[in-house]
Amino acid sequence: MTSTTTPEPQTPEPQTPEASDPVRIDSPVMRVVKQFVEDPVAVFGLVLFIAIAFVAIAAPWLAPQNPYDLAQLDIMDGGLPPGGTSFSGQVYWLGTDQQGRDMISAIMYGLRVSLLVASVSLGLAITIGTIVGVTAAYFGGRLDSLIMRVVDLQLSFPAILIALILLALLGRGVEKVILALVIVQWAYYARTVRSSAIVERRKDYIDAAKCLALTNRRIMFRHLLPNCVPPLIVVATVQIAQAIALEATLSFLGVGVPITEPSLGLLIANGYDYLLSGRYWISMFPGVALVLTIIAINLVGDRLRDVLNPRLQK
Amino acid sequence: MIVYLVRRFGQSLLAVVAMAVLVFMGVYAIGNPVDVLISPEASQADIAAATARLGLDKPLWQQFGIFVINAFQGDLGTSFVYGRPALDIILERLPATFELAMVALFLSVGIGVPLGVWAGMRPESIAGRTIMAGSILGFSLPNFWQGMLLILVFAVLLGWLPAGGRGQTTEFLGMQVSFLTLDGLSHLILPAINLALFKMSLLIRLTRANTREVCLQDYVKFARAKGLSGRRVVLVHILKNIMIPVVTIIGLELGSMLAFAIVTETVFAWPGMGKLLIDSINLLDRPVIVAYLMLTVLIIVMINFMVDVIYSFLDPRIRLSEMKG
Repeated sequence: MTSTTTPEPQTPEPQTPEASDPVRIDSPVMRVVKQFVEDPVAVFGLVLFIAIAFVAIAAPWLAPQNPYDLAQLDIMDGGLPPGGTSFSGQVYWLGTDQQGRDMISAIMYGLRVSLLVASVSLGLAITIGTIVGVTAAYFGGRLDSLIMRVVDLQLSFPAILIALILLALLGRGVEKVILALVIVQWAYYARTVRSSAIVERRKDYIDAAKCLALTNRRIMFRHLLPNCVPPLIVVATVQIAQAIALEATLSFLGVGVPITEPSLGLLIANGYDYLLSGRYWISMFPGVALVLTIIAINLVGDRLRDVLNPRLQK
Repeated sequence: MIVYLVRRFGQSLLAVVAMAVLVFMGVYAIGNPVDVLISPEASQADIAAATARLGLDKPLWQQFGIFVINAFQGDLGTSFVYGRPALDIILERLPATFELAMVALFLSVGIGVPLGVWAGMRPESIAGRTIMAGSILGFSLPNFWQGMLLILVFAVLLGWLPAGGRGQTTEFLGMQVSFLTLDGLSHLILPAINLALFKMSLLIRLTRANTREVCLQDYVKFARAKGLSGRRVVLVHILKNIMIPVVTIIGLELGSMLAFAIVTETVFAWPGMGKLLIDSINLLDRPVIVAYLMLTVLIIVMINFMVDVIYSFLDPRIRLSEMKG
């Protein structure tokens, strides 16, 4: 419709405007991107998340100090309120904690740990969940019902309870938290992939692939899986926000990451003791960073859910 | 109906058995059970005696049998810290958690459902949008962080309410409860709101979505056309029809409330079983951890079973399809 901009009356040409309309030849990815950017709130969420991720990755170069290098800390600067100035004249915009650690730097490094744990566990959980889900849907029968029983059993218990118990038995540690998050989350992906794969499996292109005598593995991962991706993306955005919140909660409860690699949750827990004495900034600002991260992801996820939902498409 | 009940009961039993096996594996097969079950401060003779009593010198399958038999007799080990049966200690803490969860459930239903109906009837109004924005916030803020904000605002800045503890308790139906005394109530408000906020957001969204659907139905339009009062349409025609999904969610979320109570109780130093679990983890009091886990699994499986049974009474389609399948 945008191709006819001239006001002159339309001449009966054989070529209709729709045929040359560039929207028609867009790939599905382009369509999703175009619809996504129509919502300014979602774009804001995405920009915010990219900024947060950049800060987390570049923390060692951006942070004013290395909060875990004790030589750079001065105990005399401990407990400074936001905007306080140290003896050496450095301004701590978000204050310092009890050990004189600059809160901005601590938050940047904390974000690093939080996002690392969440994204590694996300990647592993998606991989396991996808393989299990596609396998269950493709082969069906007993294997399918056995796998889905396990998934249902696991999903009938609250995620936080399972993670807490695992970590109570395993002890704290970054890799143990990742393991707990993977165990808690794989079932969501398995169920999501299975439910869309079971619909796709009955379609003709799968039969066609079978007639070509392709291997089962090739059909499952090259033909079936790519058509199950949209719901997977939606679940993944919800789950990564959940993973970040869950890791923060576990670390807050003292069963998550170790004290040597504090995530945002552990920073909040450390500052919690000072909350009642009015030193709110030690736990408040890491909390703000955590909440901003989760909200940014949720804003993106909300929009993606609408854009990728086939029922809302014309 | 009986076929369905028996089958569903069998599934529940299977879930409990599966979790028992997993707990057993976690405690006995991974790592040294002597470290897990016997206090690190025990003497060599104590260790030998306890090893024999727990049957840790026997093969694994026999150990599992002993574990199951002991569990059936309510013996889930003795706490290192308190020197008393772990199950007794947890059961002492159960009323506090139960009270907190019940008050939180009451709050989330009592506030969440009306707000959801309101937002569903006027989705484009300012109030409706505000309620939805608030519910997104309730979703996004991690539970413990909400609790800390509540403490910061109401206990530290305003000084209206206490920051932690349970306050004065009185006896009610054989349990110690807080909500009957003014002091106890003031201690109860913040943790109950904290525990309720997430469920409240969930209920608001669910109720709103269902209300919007039901409002478009012909019987609601007809009730309005008949000239019924707005209140009657909402209470009889709309509320009745959104209740099935709401009741299910309430039931299923009761179990997750037990789990989230762990967080709330830790933030507000509420002396329930969730706080006991965290304290036990920090003190490495493993028998209490195991006992907590087994009890909670049992409670959650029982809740899920009851929800399914109630649901099948409310909605006959469920039990019919299950019976065929």
